[in-house]
Amino acid sequence: MLEAEGLDVFYGDLQALWQVSVRVDAHEIVALLGPNGAGKTTLLRTIAGLQRAASGAVVFESRALHHEPAHRIVALGVSLVPEGRRLFAGMTVLENLELGAFTPKARQRREETLTWIYEIFPVLAERRDQVAGTMSGGEQQMLAIGRALMARPKILLLDEPSLGLAPIAVRRIFDVIRQINAHLEVSVLLVEQNARAALKLAHRAYLLQTGRIVGEGSAEALLRDEQVQSAYLGLPSA
Amino acid sequence: MSPQFLIQQLVFGLLTGALYGLAAAGLSLVFGVLRVLNVAHGELVMIGGYASFWLFARSGLDPFLSLLLTAPLMFVIGLGLHQGLFAYVETLEEEPRIKNSLLIGFGLALAFHNLAIRLWTADERSINTAYSGAVVTLGGVVFPVVRLGALAVAIVAIGAIHLFLRRTYLGKAIRGTAEDWEAASMVGIDIRRTYLVAFALGSVLAGVAGTLVSVGYSINPGIGLEWTLKALIVVVLAGLGSMPGTFLGGLLLGAAESASTLFIGGAYREVVALVIFLLVLMVRPQGLFGR
Repeated sequence: MLEAEGLDVFYGDLQALWQVSVRVDAHEIVALLGPNGAGKTTLLRTIAGLQRAASGAVVFESRALHHEPAHRIVALGVSLVPEGRRLFAGMTVLENLELGAFTPKARQRREETLTWIYEIFPVLAERRDQVAGTMSGGEQQMLAIGRALMARPKILLLDEPSLGLAPIAVRRIFDVIRQINAHLEVSVLLVEQNARAALKLAHRAYLLQTGRIVGEGSAEALLRDEQVQSAYLGLPSA
Repeated sequence: MSPQFLIQQLVFGLLTGALYGLAAAGLSLVFGVLRVLNVAHGELVMIGGYASFWLFARSGLDPFLSLLLTAPLMFVIGLGLHQGLFAYVETLEEEPRIKNSLLIGFGLALAFHNLAIRLWTADERSINTAYSGAVVTLGGVVFPVVRLGALAVAIVAIGAIHLFLRRTYLGKAIRGTAEDWEAASMVGIDIRRTYLVAFALGSVLAGVAGTLVSVGYSINPGIGLEWTLKALIVVVLAGLGSMPGTFLGGLLLGAAESASTLFIGGAYREVVALVIFLLVLMVRPQGLFGR
């Protein structure tokens, strides 16, 4: 469904991604694991059209995305929930959600989408007139996911959704991701620091290190893999 | 000084301030959304003023009615200036973007200023309608009718742009772009389009202010710099993010100028405005009503 092929991405002279290829199939949750600075965020931003690849291709449902502007990519069905949430902090919860449905197709179904977003996140319904920047971190993350879902994406790119949240909020967010994937049939490409939680949630995962893919496999296999255990899960190697 | 005289001066100050506020609203919208400082904003005020002046001089069109023609004209001029010039700096990082926009703006200001002298001479012009001398007197305080009309138009224009930004989808998209342009593009907003619309609307606000200046006061090809400066002072005074706040900032500047004329002397009017500018930057850099 989504395929990134041989991506090379630079920041000035610095190369951040080297020949990176990943694939996400329909209805799949794929995790992207790796230490800070490995290039996980860069990869998501490149897929979303916020960063240009020097070479390589991003293809979504047999359409090339890598020359499309970011707003077109959203319209085609790929939505990013960025690191740090990037809400419209001075606007209300409802206004954030409304802007989430900015693309023409999403706008037609706005009321319907809003109803089920409020079902998934009742707190957003309660807080609809609150200014987004004044909510707690967990609520803001829910709003960020809700805003992205308002575009009716076929695939959601989630960048560190648990970062800086209390454990109970993290659990809630992961439940929601599972729910979105299972019931709404939205594929997910998930970047996550919390490797264990991510592997329990995902079907497959890629390991990214200093801009290169260094491993991939089913989540179950990776959870058992000794090297992965010592490098990502904090267990001593046997 | 009699209290009546004081009130009279304050009224004149506020009536002028309404136009400062209107001109500043346009500059604030453009700067807040595009992060581009258009120092030719005052020249757009000048052009709007001339448009109404010539419509009146050539075909006797009432200046307030001529807004129905000049506002769309300014919108089109804004579209052209944006697509032809400012669109090229939008993709730059914040700092080079502002610097390059300054260069474009100064160039435009010079070009418009000299073009206006060439086309329309350097004469001072003013629209003199049949009702231009009419006044309303209230408790001994005089209100010139044309300036009251200008105040009404300014309030309506500010109200309209405020509602547009708060209530319409495109307006919300413009506010979202102003808050975080990258987040805006992540939700599917074509930010080049919101930039374009914001710039064109800013030009309309400048042009409307120009019409009101030409009917309540007078215009010449050289007023641009002064209006850019006033608008800039008001934007700094009021802060970004609220159109009514900007309008209030304009009223405040107008009142402060009047007060300075009364208590310090007319020669220090401009100085007082610039002192306000510096004080705000030192004490409250986000402005009185800024986010």
